[in-house]
Amino acid sequence: MALDTRNETIHSMTRRTALLLPALALGSHALAQGAGPSGKPQRGGILSYAVTAEPPTYDLHQTATFAVMHRLSPHYSTLLAYEPGQYPNIIGDLAQSWTISPDLLTYTFKLHPNIKFHDGTPLTAEDVRVSYERLRNPPKGVSSFRQPSFAQIKSIEAPDPLTIVFRMVKVDASIMDTFASPWNSIFSAEKLKADPTYPVKTVMGSGPFKFVEHVAGSHWVGERFNDYFKTGKPYLDGFRAITMTPSAMVNAMAGKQIMAEFRGFTPNERDRIVKALGPDAQTHESPWMLHMLMNFNCEKKPFDDPRVRKAVSLAIDRWGGSANLSKVSQLGSIGGLVRPGSKWAASEAEMVQWPGYGRDMAANRAEAKRLLKEAGYENLSFALINRNQQPYITAGVFIIDQLRQIGVKVEDKQVEIAAWYSAQTSGNFEALLDSFTQFSDDPTNVLVKYISTDRAPDVAIQRAIDRELDSLFDRQAEMVDPVERKKLVRQFENRLLDQAYAIPILWWQRIVVMESRVQGWTMSPTHMIYQDLADIWLK
Amino acid sequence: MAMLTRSFNNALLFCRLQPLGALGLLIIVVMAGCAVLAEQVTLYNPEAVDFGAMLSGPSSEHPFGTDSFGRDIFTRIVYGARTALTIGFLSSMIGCHIGAAIGIASAYHGGWVDLLLQRFIDIILSFPIVVLALVVVAVMGKTMVLGIDLNLVFAIAIPIIPRSCRVIRAATLSIRTQPYVDAARAGGYSTVYILLRYIAPNVIAPFLVLLTAYIAQAILLEASLSFLGLGVTEPKPAWGLMLAGDSANFYNEAPWMILFPGLAISLSVFAFNLFGDSLRDWLDPKYRN
Repeated sequence: MALDTRNETIHSMTRRTALLLPALALGSHALAQGAGPSGKPQRGGILSYAVTAEPPTYDLHQTATFAVMHRLSPHYSTLLAYEPGQYPNIIGDLAQSWTISPDLLTYTFKLHPNIKFHDGTPLTAEDVRVSYERLRNPPKGVSSFRQPSFAQIKSIEAPDPLTIVFRMVKVDASIMDTFASPWNSIFSAEKLKADPTYPVKTVMGSGPFKFVEHVAGSHWVGERFNDYFKTGKPYLDGFRAITMTPSAMVNAMAGKQIMAEFRGFTPNERDRIVKALGPDAQTHESPWMLHMLMNFNCEKKPFDDPRVRKAVSLAIDRWGGSANLSKVSQLGSIGGLVRPGSKWAASEAEMVQWPGYGRDMAANRAEAKRLLKEAGYENLSFALINRNQQPYITAGVFIIDQLRQIGVKVEDKQVEIAAWYSAQTSGNFEALLDSFTQFSDDPTNVLVKYISTDRAPDVAIQRAIDRELDSLFDRQAEMVDPVERKKLVRQFENRLLDQAYAIPILWWQRIVVMESRVQGWTMSPTHMIYQDLADIWLK
Repeated sequence: MAMLTRSFNNALLFCRLQPLGALGLLIIVVMAGCAVLAEQVTLYNPEAVDFGAMLSGPSSEHPFGTDSFGRDIFTRIVYGARTALTIGFLSSMIGCHIGAAIGIASAYHGGWVDLLLQRFIDIILSFPIVVLALVVVAVMGKTMVLGIDLNLVFAIAIPIIPRSCRVIRAATLSIRTQPYVDAARAGGYSTVYILLRYIAPNVIAPFLVLLTAYIAQAILLEASLSFLGLGVTEPKPAWGLMLAGDSANFYNEAPWMILFPGLAISLSVFAFNLFGDSLRDWLDPKYRN
């Protein structure tokens, strides 16, 4: 959402036209083949789709995995949401309308009347207040995964059952995205009062579907909530999310045992499914708000030396990797720290100035060798902690080959996800292949990965302290003018890529395949939004 | 010199009487030669990515084609032989030797020692060989020494131990009742001396057969574990690993990605089995006649 337009009264529907341009730009990137939305939505039917991982919790506030989002999103509502088909335009979800004070320090939302939780109790502004208090000041035993996003909120008030007011400490250019975050689900204040951890094990929201059952390792079932506050929705009678491995998923799609998978397939998997389904398949493609990166442990030798980190970055042929790996894996575009194609992204002319992004690989590698020699690491070897799943394995093979060409030996230590997280949190690694995704392109959301570790220990795992980066991060977070903000984002990227505490490798491409009878679903650059299934219907 | 001549004549006789075994041995020797001389036999680095040659079909440049990273499949199969034979040979040696030692001790001692050891062996035998190896490798993780994952070697060796133990125990049970063993015992020789001098040499025939048979089994197990992502990992070349991951996705466009590694596994297992069977026939007078 354009931040320079926020100092005035905004009604969700009236802003749409003004904000249509970026959405259209996105649409030009996205490719949808096969059947698109057509005809009048029909009621009925059960949507079956696959999810590759089990949910570690039911609490959206305390996690960041799609395994939770793709099952829980249909059960919950949020204050705002991204408009289907018009990303990144923001519309109301529970909020019917809102006003923003001219100084951008007070946000007042009016809720829809007659919103009910699945147990029949009314959802009021008090539920929103208590849910947001839980997010910004989690009680004992609760960890708010995105707590820094709420740092600028001074107070939350619920003067009447339909009005909620957020007062800010200072301007936060990302706050509307925070209100639209799919993670910030609204829980029952009454139930939270009785047990602040109830959402961990109980599913009870106000979303379009009621929870029926979860059989671990097998399936998750939801049924239509007939008292859903958006009249006429949802269209489906229910949904069934089935847990299965990626290879099983391809076969299940090809055999029409499931109708969809919303995270993404590789190009080859797409081709296999499309070949099997023929005209019954539809595909959607988009650059993905998800990138592969290499984190260095900047507290340990040899990566405490910026010359060594920079040499590693210089050795990687991102242009060659992008052109070729995109044919065989989910790895795709070249970009910096913000999603290529987004309004915050650097141009190619800007990118080629960064270490490791120049197109002359011979010169890059010569410089890498020079830096290693200067740092006294001509025969550098190190272990790369990697995940034992795709496309991490593909990225590992690529990186090892690239570094071999400057004489660096890399041992690819592929481990289970638990061991990978253990290495990440303990700092017991030299280099770690990582990925990062967010629910929006907003720079504050994505740059947080690269600020000083003491500012964001859960995500900024490179164990580096750089106050210059932190200052640039804080300045862009407050900058409302998008042009000025973009300049600050660029300065942040320049600084980070010069110091190379962590280095982006490639951004992912999102390829979603589903049966053509699944209608009303919206493709977006992130797999975290548009998953409440309220608009989906079966032809 | 006389010994060399006798060995050579024996080898010729083996080839004449056991032509299939000789064929198996020939394949094994060729594989071992390739593994040892991999750098000389191949033109490419097995881990070198070549985007210009991605998914190329068999050609004079790449006789077995290339994979999705443009890596030469022939080169990776030759280097993969090194992985397969090293892990196969080490696992079989360790498993069969430990199994044989337990089997001989168990049968010779008898009584409660035999009873306890055999019940323990029963427990291990109750696990399917792949499942047991899977559990061991998942629990132990990786310990790399000279480029070899020692834990993978032990994970494959452990399921071999009880099977080797049972066969050697059975052979020992019949030998320990032989008059020459009674005579040795009556002569006051120590248990260790009797085991090493009279028992062990007489179980060497079944032991050699086991050893060769379990090399084949170990190669297959290593391939299975690598296929399941628990054995050798990318970018190291290994036959099972070459069948896993991307290969399954490209079976239509690049069938050579699964064809040649599959053939390499089949051929090596076939060769060791042929040789093992022939060795059994050769060493057992009953079959020899």
